[in-house]
Parts: sequence; structure tokens; C-alpha cells
Amino acid sequence: MQEHDTSWVRTEMALAQPAPATERGAYAWVRKNLIGSVGDTVLTLLGIAIVLWVVPQVINWAFINAVWTGPDRTVCTTASQGGIQPDGWTGACWAFVNAKFGQFMFGTYPVEERWRPILVAILFVVLLVPMLIPRVPRKGLNAILLFVALPIVAFFLLVGGVFGLPHVETPRWGGLLVTLSLSFVGIAVSLPMGIVLALGRRSKMPIVKWLCVVFIETVRGIPLITVLFFASVMLPLFLPEGVSFDKYLRALIGVSLFAAAYMAEVIRGGLQAIPKGQYEGADSLGLGYWQKMGLIVLPQALKLVIPGIVNTFIGMFKDTSLVLIISMFDLLGVVKQNFADANWATPQTAKSGLIFAAFVFWLFCFGMSRYSMYTERRLDTGYKR
Amino acid sequence: MASQEILREEPSRGSFINDPRIRSLFFQTLVVILLFSSIWWIVHNVIENLQRLHIASGFGFLWSRAGFDISDTPIAYTSDSTYFRALVVGLLNTIIVAVAGIVLATVVGFTIGIGRLSQNWLIRKICTVYVEIFRNIPPLLVIFFWYSGVLAVLPPPRESIHLPFGSFLNQRGFYLPRTVWGDGSWLIGVAFLLAIAMAWFVAHRAHQRQRATGQQFPVFWTSVALIVGLPVLAFLLSGMPLTFDFPKQSTFNLTGGFWIKPEFLSLLLALSFYTAAFIAEIVRAGIRGVSRGQTEAAAALGLRSGPILRLVVIPQAMRIVIPPLTSQYLNLTKNSSLAIAIGYPDLTATAGTVLNQTGQAVEGVFIMMIAYLVLSLVTSFVMNIVNARMALVER
Repeated sequence: MQEHDTSWVRTEMALAQPAPATERGAYAWVRKNLIGSVGDTVLTLLGIAIVLWVVPQVINWAFINAVWTGPDRTVCTTASQGGIQPDGWTGACWAFVNAKFGQFMFGTYPVEERWRPILVAILFVVLLVPMLIPRVPRKGLNAILLFVALPIVAFFLLVGGVFGLPHVETPRWGGLLVTLSLSFVGIAVSLPMGIVLALGRRSKMPIVKWLCVVFIETVRGIPLITVLFFASVMLPLFLPEGVSFDKYLRALIGVSLFAAAYMAEVIRGGLQAIPKGQYEGADSLGLGYWQKMGLIVLPQALKLVIPGIVNTFIGMFKDTSLVLIISMFDLLGVVKQNFADANWATPQTAKSGLIFAAFVFWLFCFGMSRYSMYTERRLDTGYKR
Repeated sequence: MASQEILREEPSRGSFINDPRIRSLFFQTLVVILLFSSIWWIVHNVIENLQRLHIASGFGFLWSRAGFDISDTPIAYTSDSTYFRALVVGLLNTIIVAVAGIVLATVVGFTIGIGRLSQNWLIRKICTVYVEIFRNIPPLLVIFFWYSGVLAVLPPPRESIHLPFGSFLNQRGFYLPRTVWGDGSWLIGVAFLLAIAMAWFVAHRAHQRQRATGQQFPVFWTSVALIVGLPVLAFLLSGMPLTFDFPKQSTFNLTGGFWIKPEFLSLLLALSFYTAAFIAEIVRAGIRGVSRGQTEAAAALGLRSGPILRLVVIPQAMRIVIPPLTSQYLNLTKNSSLAIAIGYPDLTATAGTVLNQTGQAVEGVFIMMIAYLVLSLVTSFVMNIVNARMALVER
């Protein structure tokens, strides 16, 4: 009897069938994402209406009808307002931004000395870019150059008064120069201060602990404007007669103290997330307090809270605009100051200037937040829950 | 026995320098000495400076005549009132703008946050664009944008823009019809309160009945019917005692109606649209923080999508949402101090004026700090109660 082997085993894989026509291609995507149900379709139509209403207006205003160059307000005003544009015209007045660009960047920094902030900016970029790219070696040296050498060099370059550089008083600084320098120094000061405050708050020494708690909670409970008021009105009273310091420095102290309190809370979150075993392990190895913190706990804790730290940086960068209240002129302050220029007084001036400033702020903040997301992914060693 | 005696003696130690207790004592003494000497130095300097500048100290100035006008006064105030009253007016203005801002920011923020999780691609993208734009721009800039960029270039009163319901918009602000309540309108308020009490009672009984028998009762629709129906009934019964005072256009200005000034409007819009971007992110994180298993388990129990959201997802999401939401509310309250930049008379602005007039910087800054600290504490307290009600009741 011949044996019939009824079992049959396929030796090669069957080719995958394409998905049904309704489940692939553009139509399926549209059906899934735009017109899934009646409600969805209504929402989509609403969305299309919003986009069609907003986008053409914005493009028209910002690009098509915009005026890019011009000597004064006449190019940005309609005939009835005394200008050259037809009545009913609305468009961005980029000519205003163009004409005031130098001021927006440097404030009233003397024109012939503007190479100094530009040089500082170039040095900053040259040091910052390798710092941000993980593959570039020698991070330690780079960090020392960026956070120690650069501020010193920048200080002498910007303030002057030595090596034959003419002295430029800080009230003449302005624009993006003030925004960037305030936030850079603020960042460089607030991070170590925040670490110290966070460690102090978790310290076992009651007096140190309560001092830190009171400082952090008080500063976090009041608006930055109050802190700036404090720095600008009360600091001079605290010093003996004859000793006074610069308004710029006072604003710097205010902004740094404010950011340090927020930073401390962010870092405390990281410290609390480190398992107790890590502390005990360090103790059992015989490490001292600072060794334990510096080598074991902080590297892990800081890594955990990178998003929070960057958010604090972004918040601080935005908050530097408040120095305008104590009459210092950062980017926003200079833009606002220039609304009063009779040469450029048009209905479009304020909007154009503010949108330009918003764009600059947005670029920096968005860049920082994207970089933090990238770092978070790169440093993620999988321990995070 | 002898060996035990030896054990009980002090174990041999290293140098006392390495004793943690002695170290901690030493450092704390050092901190206290440093702290007190710097406080003494600062107080000494302040007293000397104040004497040199002939500035009075103490809070006596609060009861003297203020002598400046305030544009928005929720309570009666003239330039003859005291400094104290001026500060109270400022505090009330801060509270008004903060509360209005919190309500508006919550509504916009929740809408955008849920929109970012929508199935709909277009809605999702629009909400993302909104969040990414507003999160990355300083709030002060947004305030200026509304104030100098939008509201200041509106037409003058004579060419006011007519809006529905008899309201007007021009460069001096937003004019709404004002409601004028006639005789007997207190009945409507009473009916409203009564309706809330009844709705609460119905909800309570329905809950008890469901626990006992498993039968459900349409609590939501009953409550809506009560809360809307009873006041409307009272309104009709009391002879419709409501009239409107419409703003009227005269030659140079609008008269009558309810006038919202551009300062308040731009502050409110800017603060709430700015904070809404952050609230949207918090809401999104909260809803995504509820694991999919919860939704699936609820579906497996036979719940439909409405009850799944209401009974399973939202209560768990709220636990994640409330703590960061609280800090956003606090931020909004603190950011309301930006009012000073456009001249809305909030606490910071009035305290700043008082400080400039009297020169009493120490007291002025102190009052500002205490007021904001108290506001923050009250907000935290209220939100902590809400949080405690929402928190997981563990076994």
C-alpha cells in the first residue's frame, strides 16, 4: 500500500497581499484622518474655513502687500494718511524694521564700535556649535571656554575702557544684545545657584534647609516684576553710601535670582527621582558629600530633568523682556521705543515691529525646545519609567 | 563581662573634624553668623540711607491722601482717598483680571489640548501651530501686540465697528449693552440658587439609588432642566424685569452701555491666550497619561465612548492635570503684573505709583510681595482642595 502523505508544508513564504484598496493610498488616509464620521467632516470643514480665512490674509499682509524698503513713513501709509499707498491698503511695514535693524540688534551702541558685539556673537557661535554637537570631542575644554573664558572676554570687549577700546556705558546697550547677554549670564549663574539651592533644600541641616525653602518659595510666589523692582529700588538702599552699581547689573541679579529659584525646584525633582540605593551605594563606597553628589547623584538627576531645565531657560529668555519695566531696552524695549519715532508713525508700524520681535524670540525659544527634545532622546538610557 | 564593658565604651573615632554632627553644627553656626551679619549690615545701610535721603519709614503713609487718579475703580475711589484704598483698588483689579484670565485660559486651553488629540489631522495641526507659536513668545510681547498692534489702530469712536447685539468696537475699547435689572429680579437669583440646591439633592439621591438598586437616573439632563428652567420661570413670573442699556453713538464718544477698556481687554486676551498654550500641553499630557488598557477595559465592560470618557479617562487624567494646572494659574496671576506696561492699574502699577510718590521703597516692595504671596497661597489652597477631591482614594 502506497503511503500518501497528505500533509503539505510550504517551503517559501506566501507573498504578502496588498491591503484592500479602501485601506491604502491617499483616499484611505483622507477617510481616516479627515472624514471619519459626520462630526469629523464638520470639524474638517471648520478647519479648512479657519485656514482659508487666516492664511491668505497673513500671506497678503506679510509678503504680497508688504513694503520692504523705504526712507520714511510715506512708503507705509495710504494716500489719505499722507503716504504713497492706495487707500485701503494694509501690509507689513518691513521698511521700518529694515531702517531700525541696527538699533534692534545693538540699541544705541556706538555705530563705529558695533564690531565688538558682532565679534562676541561670532565667538559665541563658534564656541556654542561644537558644544551642541555630541560627536565633537573635548567637551570639557569647550565648556570652560564657553562659560568662563567667553564671559570674561565678552565683558572687556563690550564694556571696553582697556586695550585702547573706548568705554561704552551699559545704558547705551540695547536690543538683542541686552536680551542675549542677560539671558546667557542668567543661565550661567542660575544653573549652579539652582543646584546649590536644591541641595540645600534637601540638606539634613535644618537652618540651611529652611533658609533655602524660604528663599525658593518667596521668590516663586512673587512676579518677576516685583523682583526687578526689588533689585532696582531696594538694592541701592542696601549698600553703603557712595557704593552704587549699574542698572544692568541690578537687572542681571534680579533675573538670575528669579531663575535660580525655579531652577532649584526643577533640580529638586530630579534629586528626588534618584533611588535611595544610589545615595547609600555612594556612602558605602566611602565618598564624601560633594563626591557623592558630584559623581553619583547629580549626573543622573540632571539628566532626568533636562526638559525642565531647558523650559526654565526658555522662560528666562522670554522674561528678560520684562526689564523694559525698569526702563532698560532689550529687543522688545527698543522695538517699542521706536513706535514713538514720528518718522515712522504709521498704523502698521507697531504690528510689523512686534511681529519681527516675536519672530526673533520664537526662533530662539523654539530652537532651544527642539534641541532639548533631541538631547532627551539621545541621553535616554532606558531607565526612565 | 569585661569584653562587654569595653564594647559599651565609646568606639574609637577618627578626628572630631570628621564627625558629621560636629560638622553640621559648625556649618550651621557659620551660616547663622553670616546671615545675621549681612542682615545687620543691610539694615544698618538702609537706615543710614533713609536718614540721608530724608525718607520716612513705617506704614503711616498708608492713611494719607493718595492724590493720584486710577482709571479702573471697582470700588469708590477718588484722588482724595488714602494710599491704602488705592492699593486695595489695585489688588481688586489684579484679582478681576486674574480670575477672568483663568476662566478664559482654561476654556481655550482645554479646547486646544483636546484638539491636539483629535482623530482629525487638520484640527490636530492647527492646534499644534497655535501651541508652538504662543508658547515661544514672551507674554509681554503678546500684550503689546493686542494693545498697540490691534486695538490702538481700530477706527476712532465716530467710525466705530458695529457688532451684533448692539455692541461696538473702537480704539477706546469694547462697548457692550449693559443689563439693567428691574424690580423683582432678586427672584431670579433665588430661583437659581434653589435650582443648584435641588440639582445637588437629585444627584445625591440618584447616586444612593444606583448604589442600592443599580437603577440609573438621568442626573445631567435633570440638572440642566432645573438650573436653566427655574430661573427662566422666575423671570417670566416676575414680569420680565430685564432691560438693556445700549451704548449710543454721540459726536465724539459712545455713551452708556458697559465699557471694557482696551488696557483690560489686551491684558486679558494676551494672558489667557498665552497661558492657554501651556494648559493645552498639560491637558494633552494628562489624557495621554491614562494608559490605553483603561479605555479597553472600560470598553470590555460594555461602556460606550461617552461614559468611558466621563467615568474612566477624565477622572484619571484630572489627577495628572491638576498640579501643573495650579502652577499655570499661579503664573497667570503673577503675569498679570505685566499690566504696568500698558497702564492697567493693577496691584504692581498702583504700588509702583505709591512707591514713587512717597519714596518708601522698602514698604512698597514689601506690600507687593506680601500681597502676591497671599494671592498665590489662596490659589494653591483652593486648587489643593480640588486636588484632594480628585486624588486616588487608596485602600
